[in-house]
Formats: sequence, C-alpha cells, structure tokens
Amino acid sequence: MAGSLQCPIPISDYPVVTLAHGGGGRLSQMLIERLFVPTFANAALEALHDGAILELEGARLAFSTDSFTVSPLFFPGGDIGSLAIHGTVNDLAMCGAWPLALAAGFILEEGLPMEDLWRIVLSMQRAAAEVGVPVVTGDTKVVERGKGDGIFINTTGLGVIPPGVHIAPQRAAPGDIVLINGPIAEHGIAVMSQREGLAFETELVSDSAPLADLVARVLEVGGSRVHVLRDPTRGGVASALNEIAAKACVGIRLEEERIPIGDAVRGACEILGLDPLYVANEGKCIAIVAPETADGVLEAMRAHPRGVHATPIGEVVNEHPGKVFMRSRIGGLRVVDMLSGEQLPRIC
Amino acid sequence: MRFVDEYRREADAQKLVRAIEKLVTRPWTIMEICGGQTHNLIKFGIDRLLPSSITLVHGPGCPVCVTPLELIDKAICIAQQPNVIFTSFGDMLRVPGSASDLLSARAQGADVRMVYSPLDALALAQKHPEREVVFFAVGFETTAPGNAMAVWQAKQLGLRNFSILCAHVLVPPAMRAILDSPDNHIQAFLAAGHVCTVMGTREYEPIAERYRIPIVVTGFEPLDLLQGLHMALKALEEGRWGVEIQYTRSVTPDGNVAARQLMHQVFEVCDRQWRGIGLIPASGYRLRPAWADFDAEQRFDLSGVVAQESSVCIAGQILQGLKKPPQCPAFGTQCTPEHPLGAPMVSSEGACAAYYQYGQHS
Repeated sequence: MAGSLQCPIPISDYPVVTLAHGGGGRLSQMLIERLFVPTFANAALEALHDGAILELEGARLAFSTDSFTVSPLFFPGGDIGSLAIHGTVNDLAMCGAWPLALAAGFILEEGLPMEDLWRIVLSMQRAAAEVGVPVVTGDTKVVERGKGDGIFINTTGLGVIPPGVHIAPQRAAPGDIVLINGPIAEHGIAVMSQREGLAFETELVSDSAPLADLVARVLEVGGSRVHVLRDPTRGGVASALNEIAAKACVGIRLEEERIPIGDAVRGACEILGLDPLYVANEGKCIAIVAPETADGVLEAMRAHPRGVHATPIGEVVNEHPGKVFMRSRIGGLRVVDMLSGEQLPRIC
Repeated sequence: MRFVDEYRREADAQKLVRAIEKLVTRPWTIMEICGGQTHNLIKFGIDRLLPSSITLVHGPGCPVCVTPLELIDKAICIAQQPNVIFTSFGDMLRVPGSASDLLSARAQGADVRMVYSPLDALALAQKHPEREVVFFAVGFETTAPGNAMAVWQAKQLGLRNFSILCAHVLVPPAMRAILDSPDNHIQAFLAAGHVCTVMGTREYEPIAERYRIPIVVTGFEPLDLLQGLHMALKALEEGRWGVEIQYTRSVTPDGNVAARQLMHQVFEVCDRQWRGIGLIPASGYRLRPAWADFDAEQRFDLSGVVAQESSVCIAGQILQGLKKPPQCPAFGTQCTPEHPLGAPMVSSEGACAAYYQYGQHS
C-alpha cells in the first residue's frame, strides 16, 4: 500500500472525514490501520501500542505523542492543560516507561483570552511538576478566529523502560487477570455534562490524573509478569479490551458486577442511554497480569492514592479469541463489541 | 443505585427464569413492541436464558427505524439550507437517507446540533432570533407530549423562527397492521411501558379482544422483561387474553391525562408511511392547522426531495417480526453500523444494531 497513489479508504464510502473517525472506535481504527500504518510502514509503528518502543545503545525508550481538543477547556476535575500532560505521561506509562521529558505544541485561536491561556499553562506546569517531568521544548502557532476551538495542545513525551519490563498487548495470555485501578467513565461523563449543560444533582468530576507513579509500583511488584497496560481513554474500557483481545488472539471475559462505577456516573449513563464501558477515562489503567502476581499487583494498586478502588474485572480466556464477552448482572452473557463511532444519546 | 439495582438482581432473575421454564409446555412466539426492550433483552442476555421453545420477535417500536426515508431526506434538505439550525435527538443523526445522513451533512457544513429535549431547541430559537431553528420531532406517543409542549411554548413566547419536522407514529395501529398480516405468527405482545405511561391502556383492550391476544404492558429493566414474559406466557398457557399491566410503578389505565390533553390540542391523527412497512392509516400525528406556522414542511420548500430505498435491506420484514436480522443477506456484510443500509442497523434501539453490537453477527 505504501507509495500507492490511491487512497486506501474508498472515497465513495467516506468522501470527507467525519467526527466518528476520531471517536476511538472502528472508524478511528480503520484510519490508523488502512491509511496511516501502511503508509508510514515500520516495525515500531506496527506494534500499535500507546507509544513506540525504540532501542538505543542497550536502553529502551518509549516515545509517544497525543493531541488534545476538548470543549469546554475547563471542566470539573481538570482542564485541557492538565489533560495534555496526563495524557502523554500516561501513554508512556502504558509502555511501562518512566517519563523523562515532554514537548508541547500550542495551536491558539485568535481571540483566546490571555487569562485562559495563562490558567492552562499554569495547570500544565502543576501537572508536570507533580510527576516530576520537565517540559523541555515547544512550539506556538496562532490561527485566525473561527479556525480553531480556542486552543489545541499537542504533547510528545520520551520515557525510559526499566530492564525486565515487557509490556505489549500481544502478551495477554489465557489465565491472566484483568485489573483496573478504579471506577470508570468519569472523564467522559464530566465533560459531556459540562458541554451539554446537563445538570445533575451531584457534580461529576473527571478522573484526569497521571499514572506514572502507580504504574511504577505495579511494575515493582509484578515485573515481567505484568503483560499488558492500557489507559482506556476514547472508546472506553470496551474498545481498549477489544483491541487487546484482537492483537493477542485471546478472549476476554468480564463480570459486569465487578466493574467499578460511581453511582452518579452510572445514573447519568442510565439517563442518557450511554454504555459506561464505551465512555472515556483519563486516570484509569487496565493491567493484565499473570494470575500468580494478581493479588500482589492489586495490593500495590490499592496502596496507591490513584488505585484505592482497584479491583479485578475479568480474565483472559482461550475461548472466543478476539472477542470480549461479559456476564451480565442477571447472569446472561453478551458480546462487548467495538463501537463504530461515538455513542449518541437515545430518543427514549 | 436505587430504582436500577433492585430490577437487576440475579437471584430474582433466575427465579423468574425457572418459573418460566416450569410454566411453558409448548412453543410460543411473543413480540416486544419497543426497541428499548429489544436492546435490554439482548444486552442482559435474557434471550439466552429463556427456554428455546420461546421465540422473541422484535417489534416496530423503534422511532428511528420506522421514520420514513422521505422525512430523513427532508430533514437533510432543511439542514443544508443557509440560516438553519437543525436540531435532533442523537440517534437520528446517523440514520441513512437516500444519499446521506445528518452527521455527513454536518461534516459538509450544515449546522446540525444534537439536543436532549425539544425544549433545548426552543431555547436555541430564543437565543438566535435571526436563525431558523427546526427540531426533528420523531417518536411514538412517548416523545409526543414534550414536542407538543415545545410547540405550545413557542406560540406563547411568540417565536417566529421555531418549527418542527413532525414524524410522530402511534403504537396501536402498528399492532393492528401486524395482526392483520396473513403471515402473522405473533401470539402475545409485551407493550411498551413508557408509551402506556402517557396513553394508558384503554386503547389496547379492543385489540386484545378482537384478536384474542394477551397484551402485557411491560417495563424495560431485566426483571420487568422477565416478569412481563412470565405474565404473557401464563396467559397463553391458560388460554386467556386481555390487557395486563406489569409496569405498575408507572402505568395506569388512564395514563397521563394532562399530557394527552396537550397532545390533542396540538396534534391530530393522520395516515403515515412507516419505513419498511408502508402506509398505515391513522397511524401518526401531524400538527393541527391552527399550528401550521410551526410546521417545517410548510415553512420550507421541500418539493425537490425524492426518496430512494435500498433494494437489499429487509428492514420492513424485520420491523414486522417476519424475519430476524441474521436472516438478511446483507446483515454484517454489506450492512454494518459503519455502512447501514437500513435504519435498524443504526439506531441504538434498532433490532439489527442490537444483534450486531451484542455479538450475534458471527
């Protein structure tokens, strides 16, 4: 496909990019797998991890980039600045890496209040200081009014992977335990409730948080028996697990009863007709670990402030390779599939 | 969580499943009317818990699915006009029209906005007096009161820039159409709890009598559905028919009288095309002539809209319960949520989407 002049995504199907291409579901995957990966073809990219893993004179480096567009810019529990730091720090952490340095690119829209920019930059500084990672280089562009949504931020990060750590989706193996560090769907619902002006009785707060320290503790305990780490951002837990199941050619079996979710978030999802399994998280980590280390890793997670509510939610199985199944609360079984685009609230 | 967990208890669900197993002596075919019921039956795996002699058939109660193609095309045509803010519930946005859908229209520059209530659209009209704000008023009797209220308030507020594209449909005429079909094999209905919360149950009694069929007005939670099925099966096994209410925490025989009065003031019954099924007499609502100022079909020139349906899609047979999604030659191949040929693949309440999403496509 590389070098071909023909677009690999049929123009007749998608003459223009739609929002669903950025939703983290099937269409996003199609863009990546059919357009980007074959065009830039190389081994590091083809691993399709949260970041690339590069070897340099015996050291293993993780290299990751992420762009942030969020409306509103400020939301309960964070803002686009803290999110931009956490997102890239977490992508590095999901490679098993400790962050060494970050770069930040800003695309500012003419008319953005300087006060807002200052708040965002201070927030980035605080978020980076909490992790102890320096922002070492950057870039700024300004676009005309109406050509951007206030501010877009790109962050790129470099991290180092400790010896003995091997994180890759392909390492998920039957018998492994699937752990998560706390309740799901908080970020997506918090942002949506702000954006859409939905008033709920309880304030919904984003879970946006850096996970580098939590992951370091997990790796101290689990080492090479920690097989997969993944932050279930866009597309939520369901999409992340589907990707892992597909890459490792294993099945994943979830227990609905065990999936932690706060009452306020669950209520909002019920009202809006959204499935929390597909809603974005920004401070959650799925760890797939060998069974003999699951208790130890769980204990390490629970001892960390970012993992107090950590819990096992399922296991990796031999059956139904490539698919995620869930045992429902009432004992029925169903497939948890990828979504094709963003979830849309229902009529009734 | 209150009002949710108590209707999803495994022990109670298993008790009902065992009671159903004990009760059933022969095969029965039951239709759940509402797409919300279809989704929960599959989402919670209830279909896989029931004895194999029970066939659940998915009914036409998905407003997104039955809204005629022509109205989708009209919606897209209106949305593409300059100066229009077109507003809709989220799940109408992806429904394919003849050539496009509302999300694609938005990607190409139309101002299409998702709202959670027709009153949100009304607020937009107040905020943007220089723009025409149109709301896509789809749905069964469930959403009609809210839409009637939006139009009523627009009149009170003297708004000149608000209108609705009205696509309301009614449940009882669709039930009659299904029962009158020579291919009908439905032996009992689970009627839609939310529709009957508004309408009450009186209009269902003549249907139960005439066709000698049990109709159980049922809720949406797993225990509601299992209990509704148990009630319907008990009636079938005992040879009874009539209307029973499972969803007693919300439904009374008279329904919501105030809501119905407002609907009656704003809407009148009309014939309506159902996507995939065809024309059903007296099966929809349109705005009464006194409210014509708020009718988008009157305000915009839509004479150029000609609808063209896919020839492969069997949505009509699926919506009438004659076939199940996997029986469609296009299911999961030519027709997927990314490339829906028909609305049931796209709507969150559509039977095809439910089968696809919850894993019955392979």
